[in-house]
Amino acid sequence: MVENNRWGNFFAHLVLIAGVAIVLFPVYVAFIASTHPPGTFVRGVMPLLPGTNAWDNYMTVITEGRSRAGTPPIAGMMWNSFIMAMAITIGKLSISLLSAFAIVYFRFPFRMFFFWIIFLTLMLPVEVRIVPTFEVVANLGMLNSFAGLSIPLIASATATFLFRQFFMTVPEELMEAARVDGAGPMKFFKDILLPLSITNIAALFVIMFIYGWNQYLWPLLITTDPSYYTIVMGLQRMVTGGDSEPLWHLVMATVVLAAMPPVLVILFMQRLFVKGLTETEK
Amino acid sequence: MQTKRTTFSSPWLPYALLAPQVIITLIFFIWPSWQALVQSLYRQGDAFGIRPPTFVWFQNFQTLFADPLYLNSLQVTFVFSVGTTLLSMGLALLFAVMVNRMIRSRNSYTTFLVWPYAIAPAIAGVLWWFIFNPTLGILPYVLDMFGYNWNHRRNGNDAMIMIIIAAAWKQISYNFLFFLAGLQSIPNSLIEAAAIDGASRMKRFWTIVFPLLSPITFFLLVVNVVYAMFDTFGVIHATTEGGPAQATNILVYKVYRDGFVNLNIGSSAAQSVVLMTIVVVLTVIQFRYIERRVNY
Amino acid sequence: MATVKLDGVRKVYAGGVEAVKGVSIDIADGQLCVLVGPSGCGKSTLLRMIAGLEVITDGEISIDGRVVNRLEPAERDIAMVFQNYALYPHMKVYDNMAYGLRNRGQSKEEIDKRVREAARILELDELLQRKPRELSGGQRQRVAMGRAIVRHPKAFLFDEPLSNLDAKLRVHMRVEIKNLQRSLGVTSVYVTHDQVEAMTLADKLVVMNGGVAEQIDTPIKIYEKPATTFVASFIGSPAMNLLRGASAGPKGIALAGGQAVKPRDFQMPETGREVFLGVRPEHLTLVNGGNSDLELSVIAVESLGADTMAHGVLAGSNGRADKIIVRLPGAASIKEGDVLPLAINPGMAHVFDAETSKRI
Repeated sequence: MVENNRWGNFFAHLVLIAGVAIVLFPVYVAFIASTHPPGTFVRGVMPLLPGTNAWDNYMTVITEGRSRAGTPPIAGMMWNSFIMAMAITIGKLSISLLSAFAIVYFRFPFRMFFFWIIFLTLMLPVEVRIVPTFEVVANLGMLNSFAGLSIPLIASATATFLFRQFFMTVPEELMEAARVDGAGPMKFFKDILLPLSITNIAALFVIMFIYGWNQYLWPLLITTDPSYYTIVMGLQRMVTGGDSEPLWHLVMATVVLAAMPPVLVILFMQRLFVKGLTETEK
Repeated sequence: MQTKRTTFSSPWLPYALLAPQVIITLIFFIWPSWQALVQSLYRQGDAFGIRPPTFVWFQNFQTLFADPLYLNSLQVTFVFSVGTTLLSMGLALLFAVMVNRMIRSRNSYTTFLVWPYAIAPAIAGVLWWFIFNPTLGILPYVLDMFGYNWNHRRNGNDAMIMIIIAAAWKQISYNFLFFLAGLQSIPNSLIEAAAIDGASRMKRFWTIVFPLLSPITFFLLVVNVVYAMFDTFGVIHATTEGGPAQATNILVYKVYRDGFVNLNIGSSAAQSVVLMTIVVVLTVIQFRYIERRVNY
Repeated sequence: MATVKLDGVRKVYAGGVEAVKGVSIDIADGQLCVLVGPSGCGKSTLLRMIAGLEVITDGEISIDGRVVNRLEPAERDIAMVFQNYALYPHMKVYDNMAYGLRNRGQSKEEIDKRVREAARILELDELLQRKPRELSGGQRQRVAMGRAIVRHPKAFLFDEPLSNLDAKLRVHMRVEIKNLQRSLGVTSVYVTHDQVEAMTLADKLVVMNGGVAEQIDTPIKIYEKPATTFVASFIGSPAMNLLRGASAGPKGIALAGGQAVKPRDFQMPETGREVFLGVRPEHLTLVNGGNSDLELSVIAVESLGADTMAHGVLAGSNGRADKIIVRLPGAASIKEGDVLPLAINPGMAHVFDAETSKRI
């Protein structure tokens, strides 16, 4: 539109730059803090320019952790987080794809009943049934294990609904052509349906990886053995371990490392991320 | 609910395909929820097995709603949810409207604004906790220059403001993306028609754009309340731990503390049931909304 | 190569709707049988039952003498071309054609030989490494044909294969399909709603309406002797004029408008019987006043160059009379308001019973 909006545009840029600053500020502060030697934090206000101790701080957290406070080296926790996030992601995608396939491409007794069971998971987030879920996992002997960290979290109504929605848009004739071509249900699933779903799978992968990596309450409940700590929950141990003021330079180095993988995933796969986010929630 | 026009036929395959999802749901979702329901009606036995659990009807709920700590927690949760939702959605809408005006810089701004989505709530909490640290944090230093003595360790209001900012900060990206998508789906011709009708920029926003965004706004309202009530456990647990003096003890955190730290199973189960009811209500609202949108 | 035989085939859907009400068709080896009819007449359902994509409620379908009622589509040894082609979007043209053969465990060499052969016939050689989205509509159509050909099936099934193409390409592909079917000599069943396509392609034409096969015959027989008013009006363009009337014995047929018509070379039904008199627009000729069978008062004229279409009603009728279309030579100079004396060409009048709509 033809409009005299030079001031308007100037103002808009101003607002957005302020917005970006607000959004970036905490992480900038964290990064700066992670580059200073421990002494800096005793002297009062937090500096705003990088220090010189970055290498030492990061090497300390990665290889040693804070053994006195019971926090293992970060490297191990990062690895645990990665395994948990991948297990949750792959698990969620697999069982959702299979369930959606069954619901869309078969007619069978109790189909609606199963659909509602899956739907119920939406209404029962882990936060509202903490104690009994913990008991179930404990009774199954799944405390302090990767199975315990991931399996209880992989049921997913949203992913199932998304795939159902997508499968409904796949032309009927493709399945019919495949049947005339001699493909059974599983062959059709593998040869035709999966390749067609690949963008949706990738978009959900991004969202679920972030979801899995950022799990906090669940690992907190079921891991007591430090060798199964994940980084997001391990961070809390670093902050509250011991009575003294936290060792901020190490805490912030851990924060930067803990946030890095999911942030990188979003930055490099922004398009898939946006697609995944806006479609899962609709 | 629909299937395809032609379907595969197999007496067992669909059940096998559904089995993993259904079994996990039954074991880790349905059964524990049922347990919570049952436990909420019992008074727990003692640890030595001398006194067995007794069925007490709704006594746990009566105790719960008579407990000033629980009522306080309800109030805290309400303030926290409303504060987080309004702050986060307000900023996100402002940014989305501004970004939507841009042409060349739209994608760069978007990239900078979306990534906090990746930060775990617990980490967001720790970040702002550090920034607000009374002795070395940058914001208390600034506030001190204005004569305000910030201390979230003693002052409950300070603590509440801190966790609201931390929780809202993380959620801005999410709201921003949905508002931006909503703005982009408004046909340009409508705005142009309003311009020809002589509406000013502000007037166009409030009379055309904002009403057209209302479905998305409503959707985000529900999602943000759910987020603030259930996904922010990490923010509290990693920072204030409900303090000072219960000032930030939101429901989800209280369920956890009463169950795991105070080992009061009956009360924790009753709290779980209350929370489940809230989720069910919110989910139903959300789905009615989706249905309505499908009809339009 | 094989025969396809349908015997009393019925389809009742779960909701109780009877889509196909007992159809029997015999298709000889190498024949191209076209099922034509308006949408919802059951023609596609019938085809899908032959393919094995719909369960057969009642009756029997056999291919090459073998009853296939309970066989999976893949076991029936048929190939199908779909309306939207149903090409696998993520596979190259080559793999689209090879997929069915691979599922049957054919050797790599055999698959390659057959795909290349089909590609040569359909002039797809250059396109084998492309994905379907990189092809034009006509090319996609040919790939769909190729996917059918490579299978060397007992029968081809075509489900409105040309309806997604533009008019010009449709005429071109129609000829190609006909030639291909002739040269391969494969028994084929072809579903369409387009009566021109049906007339030009069919060895055997089945006109369907409301789940029933109204007439099964060669296209020309159906054109010359339509069995029912539905067939009469569905086949031929513009549609046959159907004029309501009653038999008046020796005077001929008294039409609703008031005129009586006595076609030549015609056996009169018994007096008083309610009938439809059917005359195709191209079987009415402009004559001198004295020799006319009926007089048309013209309402509208369409000049198409080669032909001129005159729309009108019987002259002197009271307004409730049936509309009539006449096809006249392109040179005919007529205008609205004219009254045309017309004669029915000898032997070209059809009479149908008004109650049963059947030919008398």
